[in-house]
Amino acid sequence: MKRWLPKDFWTRNETLVAGVIVLFCIIATLSDPRFLTITTVSDLLRAAIVIGILAVGAMLVLVSGGIDVSFTAIAVFAMYTSTVLSLAIWPDMPWPLIFVIAVCLGALLGAINGFFIAFLKLPTLIVTLGTLSVFRGFLLTFIGSQRISDLPPAMRDFSRGVLARGTTEAGNFYSIPWAALALLFVIVLTWFILHKTMLGRSIYAIGGSVESARRVGVNVKWTQFFVYVYVGALAGLAGIIHGSVGRMADPFSLVGLELSVIAAVVLGGARLIGGYGTLTGTLLGVALIVIVQNSLIVVGIPTTWQSVTIGLLILLGTGVPAYRAKQEAARAG
Amino acid sequence: MSSERDAAFIDLRAITKRYAGVTALQDVDFTVQPGEAVCLAGENGSGKSTLIKIISGVEPATEGTIRIAGQEHAVLNPRISAAAGVMVIFQDFSLFPNLSVAENIAFATQLSTRERFFKPAATRQIARKALDRIGVEIDLDARVETLPVAQKQLVAICRALASEAQLIIMDEPTTALTEKEVRRLQGIIRMLKEEGVAVIFVSHKLAEVLDVSEKVVVLRNGKKVAEGPASEFNTQSLTYHMTGRDVPDVTPRTRRADAETLMHVNGLSKAGSFEDINFELKSGEVMGITGLLGCGRTSVAKALFGLVAPDRGTITLAGQTVPTGDPQAASRARIGYVPEDRLTEGLFLSQSILRNVAIGRLDAHTSGGFLNMNGLLAEATEWLQRLKVKAPDVQAPVQSLSGGNQQRVALARWLSRAPRVLILNGPSVGVDVGSKADIHDIIRDLASQGIGIILISDDLPELLATCHRILVMRDGRITDTLEGGTVTEEELAHRLAS
Repeated sequence: MKRWLPKDFWTRNETLVAGVIVLFCIIATLSDPRFLTITTVSDLLRAAIVIGILAVGAMLVLVSGGIDVSFTAIAVFAMYTSTVLSLAIWPDMPWPLIFVIAVCLGALLGAINGFFIAFLKLPTLIVTLGTLSVFRGFLLTFIGSQRISDLPPAMRDFSRGVLARGTTEAGNFYSIPWAALALLFVIVLTWFILHKTMLGRSIYAIGGSVESARRVGVNVKWTQFFVYVYVGALAGLAGIIHGSVGRMADPFSLVGLELSVIAAVVLGGARLIGGYGTLTGTLLGVALIVIVQNSLIVVGIPTTWQSVTIGLLILLGTGVPAYRAKQEAARAG
Repeated sequence: MSSERDAAFIDLRAITKRYAGVTALQDVDFTVQPGEAVCLAGENGSGKSTLIKIISGVEPATEGTIRIAGQEHAVLNPRISAAAGVMVIFQDFSLFPNLSVAENIAFATQLSTRERFFKPAATRQIARKALDRIGVEIDLDARVETLPVAQKQLVAICRALASEAQLIIMDEPTTALTEKEVRRLQGIIRMLKEEGVAVIFVSHKLAEVLDVSEKVVVLRNGKKVAEGPASEFNTQSLTYHMTGRDVPDVTPRTRRADAETLMHVNGLSKAGSFEDINFELKSGEVMGITGLLGCGRTSVAKALFGLVAPDRGTITLAGQTVPTGDPQAASRARIGYVPEDRLTEGLFLSQSILRNVAIGRLDAHTSGGFLNMNGLLAEATEWLQRLKVKAPDVQAPVQSLSGGNQQRVALARWLSRAPRVLILNGPSVGVDVGSKADIHDIIRDLASQGIGIILISDDLPELLATCHRILVMRDGRITDTLEGGTVTEEELAHRLAS
């Protein structure tokens, strides 16, 4: 008895966000016919890779009923440390190995979050606010605070690798980097975990009701611990991609981005109370945030209006469904 | 006798449970046969929850032996108990609001088989089988949060069945159900019993489960005070055993015939909630508003106190118009509202009892911007005494009190403000039988002092015991007005459900 469209299709955040994106593209194309070209799309895709990977992680945490604000600190820590390590011991280290180191570092830092949250049962926001500061401070104090533009050659090789490249008829250059595959990989892996394993279903269950999950026999501690380790690993991956593609290991970058990422996830329908969130919604949220950050200028809105626009979108995107839900509840009472 | 015990699914002998010097259960024998429904009755603190915790393995017994399905368990934990087929359905159902019906039903089963991968088809099959067993049709893909309470309960029952329950323990199964839903639940229980599944009802709303039960066990102060076939008990005798005293069956006191009209509600409407609500309330009158869950009774109550802004209509109190949609204006006009869910809407749970009463009177004890703390607290203390709130220490947080006493604190807060009209929404929800009778006494007392009382409730005996007049609502409209004292419970139930 599958429906063509899900019953709640028109009231979902995903639909709303997709609608806004389409509307934006129509207006942008009307004001500048060159907007909807492969060049713009490939630019936007490149900009979306790092935010996208981080957002998938942030979504997982929200689904489990927590919130993580430390993932940008983990990302920059993993990126900078693995770069420094590679330069110090083996400058010609192949890039997959550098990536593995970054991912493992991320997972390790995530495990620290996980330990405090799952085993000591401390509130997630408090823990990650603390570790955000600690990770970042530790990085700048003990590992280094210099920007490194002389990256290991293998990282530069990675950033040159492209899946497709070319020049449009109008003479504009476009390319889709290897890193896009990383995002795709993260999406597929996370989708598999969330929808095809009992671990993933347990994450949704915990987000829905921790007490109920405990009562039906979900191993709440280890499930939560996994979430933070996994998010840490994703942050490590996002960090090293950010460094490679940007061709610079900057210990001051990324931190500060966490709220935009969480905003993208919330726009996509994940709820802060836990239990709700989809990959589709998250990716649409990321797309919208990236478009606003990069293309607002095309429709004639000055870039200084960026954060105002993002803020309004969040208010609208979360306010409209919340208002509707409240009306429903009032009717039911 | 011994052969009956050998066949028992649950056989507890001489169970005693002590918590740090307090004896919660003393020397209790308790048996449940396969396919038997047992009513476990008792007031709050009688030890019934402790007994359930021991059967489900959450708490160990201090003394005594436990046999489940003929096997003695020296050590029992929730997993062993569940594996033996003991399933508890908590009052909150312990479901996942964000997951589908199918997943909610199948989750525990799939976890217990140590399945690593999630298989939607198998999930649906498990759920379908459980639903078919009780002959119920619920959309497998619907999110549980979108279901009405009665269906959530059915999902919880199906989850227990999917986990091959031999004994289902239901905590307060009927509190949130309408008469019609209770009848359906009764049908399902009968069906389960035929299949050999045993049921324990833990409840203090008993009349409804009495006809599907074989046996009644009553606990009081940790001891078994009565046990016998359900046919030998009725509401009155149960109440007697639970409280240890006779709670008289009462009717509302006669009101004064010359009482003047206090409140006048005219054409109150709100789209989607209620439509054209008209009534007059006389001073000293207790007026009930009842109807099924979702009929709009709570919205009307909130609108009368300004918590819900109506689209149209007027409220006048003693000739003065009360602005609608403004709780502060309603409060100034001396309308009081005690909400249904006192835990989340009515009380500051972690604050002291005294402060909870005093909060409503801050204005009256303020002069020149400063608070006269002594006067404030003296007044609050007096009200607590007048309402007989049983508290060892008025500085203790409200959450340390029993349900009945919490409700009295909520009442005391309003009474200290000398209200003219008091709106009580479900005043005895979650309150034990003894306290309930006391609350009804308080309501009758207040009315005889000339306060107009609007009582919103779906507890029919409560309405009949206190109300002079009962308005019945359906789909947001008042469909019937019944005179208290003349209408019977059956008649009222019929008007509600038809």
